[in-house]
Amino acid sequence: MLKINNLHARVEDKEILKGINLEVKPGEVHAIMGPNGSGKSTLASVIAGKENFEVTEGSVELEGEDLEDVAPEERAHKGVFLSFQYPVEIPGVSVTNFMKTAINESRKARGLEEMPAKEMLKLIREKSELLEIDRKFLSRSLNEGFSGGEKKRNEIFQMAMLEPKVAILDETDSGLDIDALRIVANGVNKLKSKDNAVVVITHYQRLLDYIVPDYVHVLHNGKIIKSGTKELALELEEKGYDWLKN
Amino acid sequence: MELKDKLVSSFMAFENTVDLDSPIHEIRSEAIKNFENKGFPTKKDEAWKYTSLNSLRKIDFSIFPKADNAIEYKDVKKYFLHEIDTYKIVFIDGIYSSFLSETTHDGVDVCLMSSALTKPMYKQIIELYFNKVASKDESLTSLNTAFSREGAYIYIPKGKMPKKPIEIINFATGNEASLMIQPRNLVIAEENAELQIIERHQSLTSNAVLTNSVTEIFAAKDAIVDYYKVQNDNADASLIDNTYIDQKGNSAVKVHTFSFGGKLIRNNLNFFQNGEHIDSTMKGVTILGEKQHVDHHTLVHHIEPNCESHQDYKGIYGEKSTGVFNGKIIVEKLAQKTNAFQQNNNILISDKASINTKPQLEIFADDVKCSHGCTIGQLDEDALFYLQSRGIPKKEARALLMYAFANNVLESVRIPELKTRINKLIAKKLGVNLGFDL
Repeated sequence: MLKINNLHARVEDKEILKGINLEVKPGEVHAIMGPNGSGKSTLASVIAGKENFEVTEGSVELEGEDLEDVAPEERAHKGVFLSFQYPVEIPGVSVTNFMKTAINESRKARGLEEMPAKEMLKLIREKSELLEIDRKFLSRSLNEGFSGGEKKRNEIFQMAMLEPKVAILDETDSGLDIDALRIVANGVNKLKSKDNAVVVITHYQRLLDYIVPDYVHVLHNGKIIKSGTKELALELEEKGYDWLKN
Repeated sequence: MELKDKLVSSFMAFENTVDLDSPIHEIRSEAIKNFENKGFPTKKDEAWKYTSLNSLRKIDFSIFPKADNAIEYKDVKKYFLHEIDTYKIVFIDGIYSSFLSETTHDGVDVCLMSSALTKPMYKQIIELYFNKVASKDESLTSLNTAFSREGAYIYIPKGKMPKKPIEIINFATGNEASLMIQPRNLVIAEENAELQIIERHQSLTSNAVLTNSVTEIFAAKDAIVDYYKVQNDNADASLIDNTYIDQKGNSAVKVHTFSFGGKLIRNNLNFFQNGEHIDSTMKGVTILGEKQHVDHHTLVHHIEPNCESHQDYKGIYGEKSTGVFNGKIIVEKLAQKTNAFQQNNNILISDKASINTKPQLEIFADDVKCSHGCTIGQLDEDALFYLQSRGIPKKEARALLMYAFANNVLESVRIPELKTRINKLIAKKLGVNLGFDL
């Protein structure tokens, strides 16, 4: 589904990704762990198509299609979703209206009619219940004045609405208390199917107790230095990263 | 003939049409002398450095409009806030239209300057307020004073509040090749009175129109005045707006200025705080394109202690449009514990657009909080990427962000229908199809 081949990327003159290989198949959950500055967020941004990163070598493929030169919005239309570590505040645009715009733009790109208002409302209601989101919350300006937990829950709500093929969750657990973490993880688990895939980027093992990965990869200095199963995460929790760095 | 000479020589003809024995006439005569001495401001005047009236001065404007103008309500309905009931004071080519207006004398006076200036029953109030806060020195204000005859007259007695918002609309029909109009408005809110006003200038023609408007607002103790200026005129209409506000203790006056269209717009917005615990608020949203020009000159004069002023102006400039923001704050020695805030944020969306922004603070007191900030920038790349990553194409994402940027200022608009209108105007100006109803 998602195939990353020998990916090198840099921002300005600084090379951050130095040859990443990763294959994610439908129905799988992958976790990417690693210390600060190892390139985790960069990898997420590059997959989603952020323009200020330059891919110097290698490729990102989605269902066999090379995503080079594919704009971020087109990647979204094709089924890539990034849950942001720091979601941006957009005052004056409500969560509901934002979602309507996003859904209808995706439909437009696929040659579909706009979603009828009634159907949209039903979908919004259904998905907001999944994430235990209050109705009042949906009419607030997007992310403005949201707590850390609300922002992250809102990200997963958007994921639920957009139903991506590959979801990349960038530090979705940071800033969450244990209850919010459980709600978010529960949402992700319910959205999972044999046809989609999830890549969880995290510092800590904690989230992986709830979203159980099939594979765990350790990213260090722009490269995956070790891959394993979920037991690897437990080992990292216990020993830290240093033993792997040499 | 230059416009100045034409105006000065027309004053005699104007005199023939008004009551020469009225005390107002002395004020007019003084004013025309001042205008004759000073003439139109030029770029040599510091306050007009970035705004030139040269091209307007060369136009042979008609100064005395013809009276026979009929426009149908259905043709101009869209310019009214027709979703709700309002009082309306409507002028067509500077002449009062009783047909389109809805005035009242039911506990409050919402009517005409021409009656207030001539009828004995208003004499006392006119003597107390007319031309009392307007500048006697500034030449364009003097020009308006000299020819002052018509406009809105609004008097809200102690503790009263009109039943509905008041709209003041000036239409220009274009039955003159080019027309200059000089509305003169007087708004008085007595102690504890409250009112909301929406003012609009709308040309219905591609003929040149120049409006030189003066509005005096008096807010007595504890009065609340919300004033909304909707400036969305066509590309051949220019507006010079001179607004002077006198505030007494505990009063709160908010002026919102929405500048979305016009050839040249100059806003001179002046607040004078004559009391304690006064709140003066100025908010502005400017969205311009083509070769449009707007110049916001604000002044807040903090005279007494414990007062506040808040300024928040947002501008989005595209194509070859140009903007000016000059915010002057004077804090007198007596005005301790003043809180004065000023913010002017701009986005330039074209290489050929420009903005000149300048805070001007003159502080003579030592225990005050004053802050000011100007920014000129492009859109936030991270926010753009966020929207794109949700499937919103770049063009729409940009428009959505600009909409969000400007929209922020609307929170303080207290007439929901007006807020919706302005929201829609902003979306339309930015060419954003948000895919939903606002």
